[in-house]
Amino acid sequence: MSTTSLKVARLVRRRPKDEVREPDADRGILSTYDRRRRPVRIGQIASHVFLMVGLVVVGLGPLLWLAKSAISTTQDTIQQPFALWPSGVDWANLTQAWVEVEVGKYFFNTIAMAGGQWVIGLIVATTGAYVLSILKPAYAKVIEMAVLATLFVPSVVLLVPLFITVARPMFGPSLLNNFLGVWLPTAANAFNIIVVKRFFDSLPQEVFEAARTDGAGPFRLFASIALPMSKPIIGVVSVFIIIASLKDYLWPKLVLPDPGVQPLGVRLPNIQSQTELDVTLAALAISTIIPVVMFLLFQRVFLRGAGLGGAVKG
Amino acid sequence: MTALDERRSLEQRLRPRPAPAARPVRRRDRSLIGWVRRGGLATLVFALPMLFVFSFYSWWPILQSLWMSFQKTNLLTYQFVGLDNFINVLSDPVLGRAVLNTAYFALLALIFGFPLPIFMAVLMSEVKRMKGFYSALAYLPVVVPPVVSVLLWKFFYSGSESGVFNTILGWFGIPAQPWVQDAVQAMPSLVLEATWAAAGGSIIIYLAALLSVPPELYDAAEVDGAGVWHKVWHVTLPQLRGVIFVMLILQIIATAQIFLEPFLFTGGGPNNATVTVLLLIYRYAFENSLGGKYGEATALSVMLALFLAAASFLYFKATQKWSTD
Repeated sequence: MSTTSLKVARLVRRRPKDEVREPDADRGILSTYDRRRRPVRIGQIASHVFLMVGLVVVGLGPLLWLAKSAISTTQDTIQQPFALWPSGVDWANLTQAWVEVEVGKYFFNTIAMAGGQWVIGLIVATTGAYVLSILKPAYAKVIEMAVLATLFVPSVVLLVPLFITVARPMFGPSLLNNFLGVWLPTAANAFNIIVVKRFFDSLPQEVFEAARTDGAGPFRLFASIALPMSKPIIGVVSVFIIIASLKDYLWPKLVLPDPGVQPLGVRLPNIQSQTELDVTLAALAISTIIPVVMFLLFQRVFLRGAGLGGAVKG
Repeated sequence: MTALDERRSLEQRLRPRPAPAARPVRRRDRSLIGWVRRGGLATLVFALPMLFVFSFYSWWPILQSLWMSFQKTNLLTYQFVGLDNFINVLSDPVLGRAVLNTAYFALLALIFGFPLPIFMAVLMSEVKRMKGFYSALAYLPVVVPPVVSVLLWKFFYSGSESGVFNTILGWFGIPAQPWVQDAVQAMPSLVLEATWAAAGGSIIIYLAALLSVPPELYDAAEVDGAGVWHKVWHVTLPQLRGVIFVMLILQIIATAQIFLEPFLFTGGGPNNATVTVLLLIYRYAFENSLGGKYGEATALSVMLALFLAAASFLYFKATQKWSTD
């Protein structure tokens, strides 16, 4: 347990640069000597060429193509998919998608859904982790086991019973066509609670002791110490939640059958079957914008979080 | 007095004295007010959001799924039918097809999608320069919403001569392929897209794992005269085996639940060639014109859940072992 949290802490915090290191302490497979050898140097250059060409074509290529085709005419895209605008740039696609296909409305729904999911998800993850890691009531162990156990039950397998719980709850109104039907079930995410809990575990306990001695209550400890000290992990969990929300398809499709409240992602297959190709591609491009821009802005948090996924899950 | 003795006596003096045994232990106030005063109520307030969402949207549905798999229901009335749901599911001719297809998908994904990220990560970690740039490029497909990638690739897979992929094949003189419209090629096509969409995440995890390989091992291998390939084969890969095993199980868990690709690319066709287990569950529950067969859907879910729970349990054991190594 403690080694795992150390591992998390190491992944979460940037590695200290000021540590005294031996000259080649962070070497990889190749030694300094290897790097001077001719075949290895040629291999290095070949690897660079391979990585650069391969990753640009495979990773960036489809998105660049989408960006190009979003402003091409249907004719061009179908007949010469790789030509650059033979019959001119067709900016009208974007406005047509935004206004006539109502992508604007769905885009707003996407943001509303992701925003609420973010807020509720963060509240549950941080307060839950705070109880399990710092307040530690007598029943904390039981809850932690029960929360951990849900990691073994894949969410997707709960599809039908969860759908019934949301559509016909034991009390209160049905949550169909209500964003709460997406926000609440997705907030029951054991992984996020565990990630935050392990981070709280790695915080210096003395700070909490000192604050308690000074008379700080549990609310004060939470708001003035636990949260401000956990900015890095809150960033990582925020990215997890928002990206999960933007990528989700099946659950919002089931819970939000009314097109008026559907997010763009859920709407896209219908748009594709009902709309001309160029406008569809414009709609696809629009729905890619938020996650890609988020990724470009918070790259470091994304990659840190992705590395964390393998290290702590479970 | 030697320095050691001196230190010992100092330690003796500094050691906290044992508490006097006679000190009366204050009896814990067991009343409600005492509980509130000790912060019990505040703790409960903090625990409430977690307890609420988990009770209603996780623990309760888990129990309900066990109960519902023995019921026939139209959501208004419930009727106990014993093992009927399980029998109906197991005698459904499409089930065998769905299980085989899911296993085929998992197998293809292992062959095409599993070694690639390891290879890429080793390469990327050795080129030193531009590692961040390469990581970002590799991760980019992972942030694209899956619906967008599937719909985009659906267009790429267009079977006409001027389809995007067929145009590329044409540059190399390869004739146009039907891709997802053909029963044989459909599944590999889905795997290709799924690999593209997921490989970046695995690459980042392997890159993080490669950082934790102790450099001394490479030094030691060099002393023994190991070349570059020897070091990769005898140091890097054995050191990664824990992560590789975890990723293997994660991938099995993920591919057993494959839904979006067959649902959006082919809808299970052509001729049921891409029906998967989860797609079948979805069809039972939500695509039935005679009203949802919720009982059958849950029964199949429970069976899938047992399989996945076994896989997750292995995974949990592996991560524990891996993190305590």
